[in-house]
Parts: sequence; structure tokens; C-alpha cells
Amino acid sequence: MSVAELDAVGRVTDLVRRCLDSDIYFSFKSSKITMIAAAVTAAMFLAAVFAPLITPQNPYDPAALDLMDSFSPPVWIEEGTWTYFLGSDDQGRDLYSAIIYGLRLSLGVGFAAVIIAMLMGVSLGLISGYIGGTLDAVIMRIADVQISFPAILIVLLIDGVVRGILPNERHDDLALVVITFALAFSAWPQFARTVRGSTLVEKNKEYVQAARVIGRSPLWIMAGHVLPNVMGPVLVIATISLAVAILGEATLSFLGVGVPPTEPSLGTLINNGQNFLFSGEWWIVIFPGIALATLVLAVNLLGDWLRDALNPKLR
Amino acid sequence: MTEAAQVPTEAAGADLLLRAHDLKRYFDVSPPFLNRVIERLPRAIVKAVDGVSFDIGRGETFSLVGESGCGKSTVARLVVGLYQPTAGGITFDGIDVAGQTAAEARQNVQSRMQMIFQDPYASLNPRWRVANIVAEPIRARGLLPSNREVKARVGELLTQVGLSPADSEKYPHEFSGGQRQRISIARALAGSPDFLVCDEPTSALDVSVQAQILNLMKELQRQYHLTYLFISHDLAVVYHVSTTVGVMYLGRLVEWAPTQTLFNQPRHPYTRMLLDAIPDLEMTGRQRIPVAGEVPSPINPPSGCPFHPRCPHADDRCRAEMPTAHATGDSHVACHAVDDGRLS
Repeated sequence: MSVAELDAVGRVTDLVRRCLDSDIYFSFKSSKITMIAAAVTAAMFLAAVFAPLITPQNPYDPAALDLMDSFSPPVWIEEGTWTYFLGSDDQGRDLYSAIIYGLRLSLGVGFAAVIIAMLMGVSLGLISGYIGGTLDAVIMRIADVQISFPAILIVLLIDGVVRGILPNERHDDLALVVITFALAFSAWPQFARTVRGSTLVEKNKEYVQAARVIGRSPLWIMAGHVLPNVMGPVLVIATISLAVAILGEATLSFLGVGVPPTEPSLGTLINNGQNFLFSGEWWIVIFPGIALATLVLAVNLLGDWLRDALNPKLR
Repeated sequence: MTEAAQVPTEAAGADLLLRAHDLKRYFDVSPPFLNRVIERLPRAIVKAVDGVSFDIGRGETFSLVGESGCGKSTVARLVVGLYQPTAGGITFDGIDVAGQTAAEARQNVQSRMQMIFQDPYASLNPRWRVANIVAEPIRARGLLPSNREVKARVGELLTQVGLSPADSEKYPHEFSGGQRQRISIARALAGSPDFLVCDEPTSALDVSVQAQILNLMKELQRQYHLTYLFISHDLAVVYHVSTTVGVMYLGRLVEWAPTQTLFNQPRHPYTRMLLDAIPDLEMTGRQRIPVAGEVPSPINPPSGCPFHPRCPHADDRCRAEMPTAHATGDSHVACHAVDDGRLS
């Protein structure tokens, strides 16, 4: 290995050692609930990523579905078969496959929405806090107005407007994109407010003034100096927003304005299942419900832990 | 009393580097509009710096002393361009850097000025490695073409301030206050400036470490022919480093003179009060007169001479009329009592 490579390896091992040594890892290790939550989240995440490899059926492919097998109960009930061990729905969809693909959709939409919201919120918050004045007032009043409406209302509004604009045949293609952006728009004020607050504190510190004396541009100072120092709380909000975004997507799909029914997400499955709840096919609603609740709970627990672990007052 | 009489002239004939002329900076600290309307509060303006003029010659150390809140840090920030002056001018090496049209000129001279801050715990970005902190002025201006050269230069600078090149891989929290201040100095030197503004660089440090930092700064001044604007409230430190000392009170310079003159023959009553308050090891048993009273609020300053409520020599003229500065020899003082001969 060359010197540069050795150096790089040294840096990585150094980083790993520091991570294992840190307070955060210690607090992670000393909380069983957090470890379980992390394991569950990781497992669901991996399942979502490798969905085609671990599922017997592609629930989005109508040719793979067999109507003869519809309403097959779970395996431990009479008439249940191992082919559909969590049962099947009215279309003959294997529920296990549908849940894993649903997870994929939920996590995908959730992550994308949070990343967009974070990019928007963090940059607007930074600009707002650092530059201040009228720009700050305008951005923050928009955020205030938006926060005073329930998030789901904003999402429905955006969704409705876009549906009105787009021709009918394009709805299904763009449904996912629209829902992702709608969720992101409903979440950005949280990020913007937090980042603005931290920026107001950081911008008066002497290291920022030092950078100004050195002659760095405001944009450079925001990105290079202030941003790394305000990212702590952003990570916490991002984790909690992920849970909120997943729930938001499920809610929209449940209401029927989310993803198209041919590509069911967890919310669509639950919506579909509740039609059959009283006719005895309880598994169609229960299993996707459990999956959704577990995912949101695990992500929320992770967020709570991260909030406490990063809070210096609770150490 | 012509304008010119108010401008100190000891460096004017010599090699002048920085001149501040009738510098003013007011801050609007009014309550929000609604409170003003409902509670009938007036607008509130703090005159943090109210007509300060001084000259700094090349290679000199000009010190500003005064109690907390007298505006000395504001002067430092005006000089390096962190604040825009409300009125008055600053010329650096003959170039006007404070006017409305001076933004471009400011850009050009900014690279020749650097600042060392008071709090060594806040002046270094906690998320940056020392190597990047020290290299920032070099990278900001693209002084060196390759990373290898930047790295070598950073090592050189760290050695110069008494640290080791190996320290460049560490983060600021791994250093003590004195070491952090050394990093600050290394960063200030990185851009090869010829003018350094030091805003109380030692007030957050232990006395033993203070001496080390001051000696380092003097050594660097000699080596690179640096000019310092030194802000401090510690007269012992000021005596140690300065060529000229200005005493500030409530946003104004009340007296300025070469260090020896000021410390041996203080003339303004405020300067005398400050010097009397210094503990003196050689004159044990001397009755020390503590600094009496407090600095009045700069929002609502007293009429006439701002020092009159605390001054033992104040008379009716002091309460009514603002004194202007007059020169005697190489010292300048703004005091009616001195002018009238009531105080020698």
C-alpha cells in the first residue's frame, strides 16, 4: 500500500475508534430499547432495499396475481397455505410480498420527502438567520402561516391543486413525486425554524467574525462555518420527520389520494383491508397495520434517543 | 479649537499606517415598534463610539484602554470592517476604507489586516481541524497553489507560535486557552498581514500564560514589523506592549499620549483614577484609591463632560459643556479642569 492509502486507512480506523469511544455510542449501548429499535429499523430498511430478492411474488405485476388464490388466510388457520403464509388479499396478492414492497414505498417516499424538506428548511433557515432583516421576516412569517395549518391539510391542498393542473392520464405516473414533494413542503418550516435559531447564536460567535475579517463571502461562511455547527438538532428533527412523513404517506394512501392502487403502499393495503374487516378477512388489514406501526414506532424511538443523546443538558 | 487640533499628530509626520478621523458608531436599541407605540417609549440610540480620532504609525502599538462598555471593542470592529461607521472616516495606508464608496478599497486592504479575538474558546470553529483553521486566510485568498505547500506553511506557522506541526491534525477542544490563542495568532499571521487588531487577546488567560502570549506578540511584531491596535482594560498589559495609549470613556478618547508620558504624568482625572487603582508592589502601604462610581448609561449620557458625575474636579462648566482635546507636548487631553489650570 502507498503512503497515502495507509494514511487513509489510518484515518478511517481512527474515525471508527473515535465513534466507538464516543458518548453517543455509549448511550446507544446502554439503552436496550434503542438497540432493538435500531435493529428493527435496519431490518426493515434492508428488507425494503432487497425486496425483489426476498419476496416470492411481485405484487405490482398483475400477471403474477392469481384471483383463484384471493382471500387465502394465514398459514396457521385452516385452509392457509405456505405459499401465502400471511394470507392474500382480494386480488390474490401475497400479503407478505405486498408488505415488503409497501415498506419499500413508504421508506422511499419518507426518505425522499425528509431530504427535500431538510435541504429546503436548512438553507432557508441559514439564510434567514444569517442575513436577517426583511428577508428573515418574510421567510419566517411564511413558515408561521404554514405551521398554523395541519400538515395533512397542506399536503391535501398541494395534491389537489396538482391533480387539477395535470391531465388525468399523468396522475398515476406522477403520484409518487407529487406526494413526496407535498410531504416535504409540509415539513420544511420545522427545519427552518430550528436552523434559524441555532444560526442566530452561531453567527455572533467570534469564529464567524474571524472568517468575515479573513474576507470570506457570506455564502461561504454559512456553508463552511455555520452549517456544521447547526446540524446536530437537524438530525434529530430529520429522524422524527421521517416517522411523520411515513405516516403522512400512509394517511394519504388510506384516503385514496396517495399512490395508485396498482402499486399498493402500506396505507393502500390498510385501506383495502378495512373493507373486508367485518366479513372475516381480518389479516388483510392487520398485518400491514402491524408493519406500519412497528416501523413508525422504531423510527420514533430512534429519534427520541438521538434527541436525548445529543442534548448536552441530559448527559 | 480647529478640527486639526483634535487629531493626534505624534505619528502624522512619521510613517502613518492607519488614521481614524472623528469615528462614530451608533446602535439603535429601540424597543420594537408596537412597544414604542403602546408604552410610549422613545427611540433609544447607544452612541457606542462618538467622535474618536487617532493615528497609528507603522510598527507602533496603539492601545485603547477603558472600562467595560466604553466602546473600545466597537472601535476595533470598525477598524477591521465588521461594522460600518455611522460617521467619520478610516484611512489605511492612505486609502479610504470606511466611506460609502469604499467597499472595493476595503476588499483590497482587508488582506493586510487581521484580528485576534478575546475568547479563545469561541474564536476557533469547533468542527474544524487546526490545519484548516490556520490555513483559512491562505485558502481564502489563494496565496499558495498546492495543498502540500499550504500544509508546509501551516506547520511553519505553528512552530513559530510555539506549537508543533503535528498539532494541525487536532481539533480546537484538545488545546488549552493559551494554546488556542496561539492558534489564533498563527491564523492571523497566515495571510501575512501588516496590521493586527487585538481585542483583549489576553483577558481570558491566566496571568502566567498572558505574559507568554504578550512576549510572543512582541517578538512577532519585531520580526515582521507588525503594527498593532491593542484593546485592553488591563493597564499592566498595556504598559508592557504599547508605544501610544489612548484612554476611552463613554465612546470618546479623553486622553492619549506616548506610554511613558501617560503613565508618568497622567493628566485627565479619569486616567489618574485608573492608574491610582493599580496595585503597586514597590509602594506598599500607599493608600489606593478605588475607581469610584460606574460608567453611566450610554443611552442617556450625562450632559457636558460625560465624566463629570464621577469627577472630583467637576464644576459648572464641566456639567454644561463638552470638553475638546488640546495638545500639550505630545500628550492630548480633553478636560476643562486641565484647560482652566485647575488641574495641572
